[in-house]
Amino acid sequence: MSLLEVSEVVAGYGDSEILHGVSINVGQGEIVTIIGPNGSGKSTLLKTVLGLVHPKRGSVSFRGRNVTGMAPESIVRRGLCYVPQSNNVFPSLSIQENLEMGAFVRTDDYRGRLEEVYALFPDLAGRRKARGGTLSGGQRQMLAVARALMLDPVLLMLDEPSAGLAPNMVDLIFQRIIEINATGVALLLVEQNARQALKHSHKGYAMAAGRKVLEDRGECLLENPEVARLYLGG
Amino acid sequence: MTERYNRPPRRWGAGHGVLAAFLVVLVLAFSSVIKMELVVNGLFLGMIIALGAIGLSLLYGILKFAHIAHGDFMTLGAYTGFFLLGNLFPRLGLEAEGFGPFTFGYPLLLAIPLVGATMAGLAIALDVGVYRRLRSRRVSPVVLAMASLGLAIALRGLVQIIWGGGTEQYPRLSKPFYQLPMGVRIPPDHVFIGALVLVLVLGLYLYLTRTKMGKAMRATSDNMDLARVSGISTERVIWWTWAVGAILAATAGVLLAVFQAQLFPIMGWRFLLSLFAAVILGGIGNPYGALVGALMIGVTAEVSTEWINPTYKPAIAFLILIFMLLVRPQGIFGEKA
Repeated sequence: MSLLEVSEVVAGYGDSEILHGVSINVGQGEIVTIIGPNGSGKSTLLKTVLGLVHPKRGSVSFRGRNVTGMAPESIVRRGLCYVPQSNNVFPSLSIQENLEMGAFVRTDDYRGRLEEVYALFPDLAGRRKARGGTLSGGQRQMLAVARALMLDPVLLMLDEPSAGLAPNMVDLIFQRIIEINATGVALLLVEQNARQALKHSHKGYAMAAGRKVLEDRGECLLENPEVARLYLGG
Repeated sequence: MTERYNRPPRRWGAGHGVLAAFLVVLVLAFSSVIKMELVVNGLFLGMIIALGAIGLSLLYGILKFAHIAHGDFMTLGAYTGFFLLGNLFPRLGLEAEGFGPFTFGYPLLLAIPLVGATMAGLAIALDVGVYRRLRSRRVSPVVLAMASLGLAIALRGLVQIIWGGGTEQYPRLSKPFYQLPMGVRIPPDHVFIGALVLVLVLGLYLYLTRTKMGKAMRATSDNMDLARVSGISTERVIWWTWAVGAILAATAGVLLAVFQAQLFPIMGWRFLLSLFAAVILGGIGNPYGALVGALMIGVTAEVSTEWINPTYKPAIAFLILIFMLLVRPQGIFGEKA
């Protein structure tokens, strides 16, 4: 059963059109990666799914419900969480407060979840009062993911989680992604670091110029010479 | 964070210069070169400016536009207080003039929260009726500011229609001033004003740092898109921001009416320059900076009357505003955008 179904979505900012009819889907517990050059519309696709961009045509359905163009707050409450590529933490709030904001819509006692998330990112646990703006790039990225996990999402969308990180941090992030997936959370990644991401993905899509150009299992895309030439740097 | 010119940050800048100048003024006052009474009066005036400036700063930080009607929120607050104290309360049998050393009676203590609640309701209604519609069309901040200018004129007009264009006064009794050292004479009303402002500022601090909605306001001020993506209902945050801003402005209006012992339709509009100067001086979006900026504006305005005709007091705020914009637009406590 598909968790997320994006069907023939046409979307853009203002009058411009960035996505020219894109369809993807993510199944329960899958890791799906979208690769493609800058400007191919990968980020716009994630934003359209979440309702930050209104599709001009096409539909998005999540957990069987049509959520096309719904307000982000409502979609997030249904278990679809998102980590933007940049500006993804609240700089003037502490780590603890960032996580509290992630849990804003929860009405239950979420201290258990808080400790679970801190266990996943021990580096954050040691400095709960540090302001978001004082963290290093890697720590900020971890905080951004941790914030999104506070709502116990069923599907987590990450926009270039490894961008700008040192190689050992990149490994760490992907390790965490696998651990998160092991708890049953589906993941939709947009990645420049295509090699690492596809290695761990059940499914992959390649995009170019606002369209989907390839769709296959993760390992198959990795072995595809076309993909290697265009997206993986040979 | 983008690095501008990759030059190392200077240890001492214009912001420190302004603070230093302020401290010099204080020292001169203590050594009787400047009248201490002017400084003290200025501090209390500054506290009233602070209430308005803090709300203005919050609104700017979250809604990202200059709320030009903020002064008229003060005016409307003052006049709503006038209606309660001079009209409604007496009709309900609630009359008392002058309790303790103050010129006003117990009814003022009841009037203030009522005025705050009324203005909060009005502010939210204006958001739903005007600003939200403009926001959904993604207009620029300039358009929002222009809309608030229109509302400012409308609110002022409303006051003039209902109460006329003349000067009014809250029911009051004449009470003796406190005689303090260094030749300072202040009305006890000032002490009440100062205490109330401190309580409200402390309350705001606790609200922003200890409550869920307060933290959501700070988060939304940092990054509204990220707040929405975290599931925060930013529309609700916006309404609470209007409520807090309106309550502070309305209270400032009432206190101003007590401070200057009169109300008139353009009282808030005249104050607007001081409010903006305080916000810019302290750093846009930083409510505590606005507090410091407000105190400095108040003291400077009062002290200047030693040498300049008091009618020009608003011009002092204007000059400080221009100076800050030229020399350090991010304010004393602001970070380079």
